[in-house]
Amino acid sequence: MTAEDTKKWELRLYIAGHTEKSVTALNNLRKYCEEHLKGQYRIEVIDLLRKPQLAEGDQILATPTLVRKVPEPIRKIIGDLSDEEKVLVGLNIIPA
Amino acid sequence: MKPDNNKKQKKDDKKQLGLQKTPSGISGLDEVTGGGLPKGRPTLICGEAGSGKTMMSVEFIVRGATQFAEPGVIMTFEERVPELALNVASLGFDLEKLQANKKIKVDYVHIARTEISETGEYDLDGLFIRLEYAINTVKAKRVVLDTIENLFGGLANEAILRAELRRLFTWLKDKGVTAIITGERGDGKLTRHGLEEYVSDCVILLDHRVLNQISTRRLRIVKYRGSLHGTNEYPFLIDNDGIVVLPVTSLELDKEVTSERISSGIPSFDEMLGGKGFFRGGSILISGTAGTGKTSIATTFADGVCRNGERCLYFAFEEPPQQIIRNMRSINLHLDKHVKTGLLKFCAARPTLYGLEMHLVAIYKEIQKFKPAVVILDPITNFASIGSLSEVKNMLIRLIDFLQNEQITVMFTALNLNDSLRDPTDEAVSSLVDSWLLVKDIEANGERNRGLYVMKSRGMKHSNQVREFVISDDGLELINVYVGPDGILTGSAREAQMIQEETGIAIRNYTLNRKDREIMRKRQVLESKIASLNAEFESVEEELNKVYEEEELRKQILNKNRETMQNIRLSGEKNSKPKKPQNDS
Repeated sequence: MTAEDTKKWELRLYIAGHTEKSVTALNNLRKYCEEHLKGQYRIEVIDLLRKPQLAEGDQILATPTLVRKVPEPIRKIIGDLSDEEKVLVGLNIIPA
Repeated sequence: MKPDNNKKQKKDDKKQLGLQKTPSGISGLDEVTGGGLPKGRPTLICGEAGSGKTMMSVEFIVRGATQFAEPGVIMTFEERVPELALNVASLGFDLEKLQANKKIKVDYVHIARTEISETGEYDLDGLFIRLEYAINTVKAKRVVLDTIENLFGGLANEAILRAELRRLFTWLKDKGVTAIITGERGDGKLTRHGLEEYVSDCVILLDHRVLNQISTRRLRIVKYRGSLHGTNEYPFLIDNDGIVVLPVTSLELDKEVTSERISSGIPSFDEMLGGKGFFRGGSILISGTAGTGKTSIATTFADGVCRNGERCLYFAFEEPPQQIIRNMRSINLHLDKHVKTGLLKFCAARPTLYGLEMHLVAIYKEIQKFKPAVVILDPITNFASIGSLSEVKNMLIRLIDFLQNEQITVMFTALNLNDSLRDPTDEAVSSLVDSWLLVKDIEANGERNRGLYVMKSRGMKHSNQVREFVISDDGLELINVYVGPDGILTGSAREAQMIQEETGIAIRNYTLNRKDREIMRKRQVLESKIASLNAEFESVEEELNKVYEEEELRKQILNKNRETMQNIRLSGEKNSKPKKPQNDS
């Protein structure tokens, strides 16, 4: 295991091509992570147009969808992540 | 039945050039829809919980994959894949095997609001991509979304959801897949979330009703754009072979008919029907009050059929088969013999065991398995206890239709509760059947006898006479009814009449003999008189002859004397003349 794998936060962002929504979502996510989880996170972006077979595994319906793989339990946030507070609550970064 | 559907499909394709249809493979549904679901378009199946939406859609996919070489995708929003596989395994569908063979793909979409929070704009591209991926994996032609309405429970932003659903259905059409969308029935609407707004090509409504504690599933095609379709409510059921939809009647009445006849098993009864019996493929109703021998007639018919080496299927709704066999032994019918040879088969079920439709299907199936020449339903009256009269009638219409198609002769028995002819079951059924026999009690002189009437018998000469119907140790027999001065005589009155007539004959015979003897004696007297007269005549004749002969004799003697005298005189002249005067003196 590399150091990279042992990050406290593992986040996955599912997008369907580089649409306006997915770009917004990714930018928002990066911003929040830098602010709140600096150095403790890893973001994996999955483009479903390229890897459609991955959609089933994480039960993806909507795009963009942010999945918090680690820490457990899995949480999902869908949308362009424009509401910072909701995202942080959803990811359990700040208590509700 | 499947090849029939295919045939039908081809026929309809010719008829309706505009709209192509995808046969569902669900028996009966393709007949009702005139060939299947609209090809390349979504169809909405809606109904309450437990109405059979999932079963129907899964069968659509499975039949497509196994019978029409059309792979399919099931996207389930409700049941997990193993659960779904387990549920439909009861219909004989092996989803896991089909999935392994790449015939179908099942994708379970899990939505839980607790796990998902929403921030900002999103779309359902994820779902589209999953669906497209699944379609591409098996090259699907059929898609089922069961039930997509669950999205409304999982996602809060209804505006986005509706827009996306509209996009989804358009997208499905563009993909050219024939799709089934299921939806839960809502208050005053076909579906809870108004899916019918988006899916407008074909809408099928399923319903599950319980009446008199007996449940019936029904199906109705609410709309089918661009196609003729049956508009009735069609009963259907789910059994271990899948879904069976039962069209009330096939729309056409173009059955093939035969003029071949089949004996009723009672020779004297065949005589009432022009001497030949029933038409093969016809339907016969025997009605009568309790204990008039309906079952006896039916079993005798069955016996006759089996004797001819044909198969007979006997549905007993009142008595257990063993009891029928035992009872019929008393009239010299040995049905167990036919059961052993496999020509006769009994199917016994209480009518209340399940609903009318289930009965009908059970009957259908047994008939298709056993392939009989004759089917007997004994009695149909009890069906009235599980359905209204019109329902029973509908069921029987369908049954008769089916049997006529298969050229199977059917005999129903019906119990009349009162003695009047206007019994409701009779009225309902009698117009459907080809021959209607009525066995009626004739009560007179303190006893009860049976009279048999042929109420109607289409297309053949039949007797208008009431016959006395006698059940004896040797079987059934019809006897001409005696019509006496006081009306019809039956039973012991008839016997009495017969004895009386026999006595009359004996007396008459005796009188005749006496007369003969009298004549003989008269003749003898006459003859003796004639003889004496003859004798008298002879003596008179003789007397007369005597005079005549004496006269003749005298004449002869006289002549002789004269001759002698002459000779003497002539000889005297020649020899001595003197002697001559001596002669003169």
